[in-house]
Amino acid sequence: MTAHTKGTGLKWVGRAMRRVEDPALVQGQGHFTADLPAVHWVRFVRSPNAAGKIKSIAKPAGALVITAADLKGVKPITPMLHKFSYRPVAQPILAETKVRYVGEAVAAVVAASEEYAEDIADLVEIDIDETAPLIDARDALKDGAPQIHAVAPGNVILEGKHKTPGFDAVWAAAAKVIKIDARSHRQNATPMEARAGHAAYDAATGRVTLTCTTQMPHLMRTAIADVLGMPESDLRVIAPDVGGGFGQKMSLCAEYVVLVWLARKLKSSVAWTEDRRENLIASFHSRDQYITLEGAFDKDAKLLALRADVVSNVGAYSCFPTTSGVEPLMAMAEMPGPYDVQQYQCLARGVLTNTCTMAAYRGVSRPIITFTLERLMDKAASAFALDPIDIRRRNLIEKFPYTSAMGLVYDEATYKETLEMAVKAIDVPAFRKRQEEARKQGRYLGIGFATFSERTGYGSPAFAARGMEITPGWETVILTVDPSGFVEARIGSSPHGQGLRTTLAQIIADEIGVTPDVIKVVHGDTDTSPYGWGTFASRSLVISGGATLIAAQKVRAKLIKIASTMLEAAPHDIVLENGAAKVAGTDRSVTIAKMAREAYTQTHRFKGEIEPGMTETGTYDPPGTFSNACHVAIVEVDIETGHARIEKFLVAEDAGRIINPMIADGQVIGGIAQGIGNALLEEIIYDDGGGILTANLADYMPPTAREMPPIELHHLETPSTQSITKAKGLGEGGCIGAPAAIVNAINDALSPFGVQIDEMPATPQRIRTALRDAEKAAKKTA
Amino acid sequence: MKPAPFIRHVPKTLDEALKILSEVAGQDGRVLAGGQSLVPIMAFRLAKPAHLVDINEVEGLDRITSDGKTLSIGACVRHAAFHKPVVDNPLGALLTFVARHIAHYPIRTRGTFCGSLAHADPSAEWCLVAATLDATMVAQSTRGERSIAAADYFQGIMSTALAEDELLTQVRLPLLAPDAKFGFNEFSRRAGDFAMSAALVTYTVQGGKIAGAHIGVGGAEPSPRRMADAEAALNGQAPGDKAFRAAAEAAASAIDPLEDHQTTGEYRRDLVRAVVRRALENSVS
Ligand SMILES: Cc1cc2nc3c(=O)[nH]c(=O)nc-3n(C[C@H](O)[C@H](O)[C@H](O)COP(=O)(O)OP(=O)(O)OC[C@H]3O[C@@H](n4cnc5c(N)ncnc54)[C@H](O)[C@@H]3O)c2cc1C
Repeated sequence: MTAHTKGTGLKWVGRAMRRVEDPALVQGQGHFTADLPAVHWVRFVRSPNAAGKIKSIAKPAGALVITAADLKGVKPITPMLHKFSYRPVAQPILAETKVRYVGEAVAAVVAASEEYAEDIADLVEIDIDETAPLIDARDALKDGAPQIHAVAPGNVILEGKHKTPGFDAVWAAAAKVIKIDARSHRQNATPMEARAGHAAYDAATGRVTLTCTTQMPHLMRTAIADVLGMPESDLRVIAPDVGGGFGQKMSLCAEYVVLVWLARKLKSSVAWTEDRRENLIASFHSRDQYITLEGAFDKDAKLLALRADVVSNVGAYSCFPTTSGVEPLMAMAEMPGPYDVQQYQCLARGVLTNTCTMAAYRGVSRPIITFTLERLMDKAASAFALDPIDIRRRNLIEKFPYTSAMGLVYDEATYKETLEMAVKAIDVPAFRKRQEEARKQGRYLGIGFATFSERTGYGSPAFAARGMEITPGWETVILTVDPSGFVEARIGSSPHGQGLRTTLAQIIADEIGVTPDVIKVVHGDTDTSPYGWGTFASRSLVISGGATLIAAQKVRAKLIKIASTMLEAAPHDIVLENGAAKVAGTDRSVTIAKMAREAYTQTHRFKGEIEPGMTETGTYDPPGTFSNACHVAIVEVDIETGHARIEKFLVAEDAGRIINPMIADGQVIGGIAQGIGNALLEEIIYDDGGGILTANLADYMPPTAREMPPIELHHLETPSTQSITKAKGLGEGGCIGAPAAIVNAINDALSPFGVQIDEMPATPQRIRTALRDAEKAAKKTA
Repeated sequence: MKPAPFIRHVPKTLDEALKILSEVAGQDGRVLAGGQSLVPIMAFRLAKPAHLVDINEVEGLDRITSDGKTLSIGACVRHAAFHKPVVDNPLGALLTFVARHIAHYPIRTRGTFCGSLAHADPSAEWCLVAATLDATMVAQSTRGERSIAAADYFQGIMSTALAEDELLTQVRLPLLAPDAKFGFNEFSRRAGDFAMSAALVTYTVQGGKIAGAHIGVGGAEPSPRRMADAEAALNGQAPGDKAFRAAAEAAASAIDPLEDHQTTGEYRRDLVRAVVRRALENSVS
């Protein structure tokens, strides 16, 4: 095993300890779903059409091809929300009478290898009576648009509305109203490992083990058992090493239901590995929104009121468990961001279209609302002839706790402090000078800021407030010291790249006085880990970390009790460190291994005062808290080609106590990479017929290492009072702030041309179009 | 994303390769060189060749030779062979400069120069080189050998004058004058992506004036080609911003631009204008 950073009595929390996950991963020793051998392989035959009635499905003779007709008794996936006039749209496991998007699974071919399955799939003929599809959400909202689901009139799956009392009066009295029509194009989360599932039937027990690339093994088990109408105890779900998820792997996929059904039917093992094309057209999409946002300001550029109209294209179905309310409702709830604004009106609609279903993707709506709001602030700054930094200084919330216009309570935050930190570190005056000189040479540099708040680590009440039928929130950790003194934490969270096995070990190590190398964190198997919600929503370190600390505190208390009996000393004189209990100020000590052994094998010595064994459980369900950050981008725009190059990126952020700075930095940098994709490169493009034009990684363009700029990170570690580890989440912030900062910087660079880019990604084509239009307009007036 | 079934033939000699190719050509038999274009297309099942004639083990195809007038590049010479100059002539430096723009390192260690020419992607750098420098393509089959001039060779998007049973055994590039200047520039959204437009220029300066200019543009039309109007705008002028801009403008207006869902003809012209001027600037810096 690779050596950890060796301790010298310092705390483990706060150290950039190397990730215990990495040695296996970088040496090709990880365990991934697609590595498992299987008897049968599945290839899904997917709809080539975006909308239409299925007339017939012709299967090649002798082939095993499953269609909806075979899946009698299997329930459709019908996520539910009890608010916002939500319409319970149902998704059949395989398309039944209609197809609703290109890529929808219509049939499952079963064969002895992936290659054979694909050969047979090529021969399956689906005859579809094609109808005109709805691709753009605005078209789906038009009067007389075809209806995609009978239960959802007007193609609206839900409608969130909010208006603060007194809004109209404040609006009418405003000195200036600034407006933005923002457009965020559709994206795919693009985890490095696409989806994969492997379902194996065990004849001895009649159970099926589903190994799959999920962020939520326990909920997948519950959901699949529900849909198939089988006892949960007959299903075991394992999330082995998972190559990234970013939200795409937290929703229930129909494909896994088919695999479990097939494993039971064939009494055998059945596997499916999604290819990149399938992932790009048929996994889950996100971020396809139109937002119109208006801000009413007083004469001093103080924001008084916001009015928002959010149109979120949710695709053909709703996703389980969050429902497709996840984007529009997040947009509505958090639109006001870090600014002090007490009047707010919002209409947020989720709109069904003939496109791939939308699901959560890292940041969920906040990259878009931050983009919209931060563009609005920059526009307002220029309307008031203010510096973008000044307008933020005038409007950021300063007094906490602060109750937002939506009723959210911001416990504490350091919006201004992180802004000032970033402003100082980037040296704005020096940049402005450089910008001016560059312009003289026909080079266009720009600087852009984004300040935002990132809600993290929220417990069940926050989800209940959304009217969710499933309210994730709490986490449980079972911590055991075994008779040899080794420590094992079984957790309900399901990390898949976040390094939780390392950070939780750091928390445990400090609490019970051992080194991390004797601690093993176990997760991702419903047979061995306690029920829990998984890893998403910047929650695991806060919630699972909190549950870990609670369990460790209990183990600590027990160890101290045992030590005080064994060492005949008062409990308050016992110190736990370096794997032993010591009596302070003496040389008397006993190792944790010895105490653990006695707790199992010499229980009579404790005269019934100490329970046998050494296993403690911690559960944590916190209120949630908000991290915050200021992102700054410096870009250079090539006005001839429209290409924007990021010269430098800087982050000043506050996520409370940092358990492991290296892992924290990794989370932020990875998020920024996705933010760069969002801002400049990544876009799922449909043609008018509903076909996807970006179905490979040459056409759908995540940034590569070469597109990553130098990134400078600053942490302001204000310990959180709302989280028992004092840590807040930071898994999403990188991608929340980056698009706004980058596009603001592009707009700053292009300010001499009077060009406004309010669309993401800001592709070179879009930038050139805007510049060309400006050139043409200038010629006309000249 | 698994290829449809196929039979792979692994000839050891050129004669054997040509013989197999002549037999399987009619059944959608294809040459497999570096596989960096063909294999992805097969994985997407956009091509389902029944036979592959793998030329990687054919004796003698991996040679680069020069007779002092031309540089001959054999069918199995990889892109990576050009990472360092292969000939002591400005052409060697030119090929090295251009090679770095092709895809990513691992792809360059497999993909072949001739495979790129046979594949004829409108954006391929080597196709642009061949078109700009008036290369000669040598095609062989059991029917014999023939030479095809670049101007006749490219016939549209991924379409060439090669017959189904012909192997492109060699590409011949004329060496440049010892004092020749060259410049290259391309635009792509990410490093390593196919260029959305690219330009290659060569010329000499005689008495302070540009002579014998070759200006090629790739990625902007179905095939790369020399731009006569732009060359005319350059020849006889002193190298400098004014002449470069005039040539760039001439190239931009001469093209019949490729358009796609994101890229308008207007934008393609913007790019051509930029890459031609930058290639010219690059030639003097
Ligand atoms: C991610 C990625 C990025 C890329 N980016 C670029 C880029 O920026 N610029 C660029 O130019 N290329 C790029 N390529 C393509 C790469 O350069 C290929 O290597 C090249 O296009 C084809 O060469 P090959 O030897 O791999 O040919 P193969 O893939 O083996 O064959 C391609 C085609 O040519 C035929 N063929 C090959 N050799 C011969 C021959 N000697 N005679 C007759 N027919 C033959 C084959 O039958 C096939 O139809 C990229 C590829 C990838 C995967």
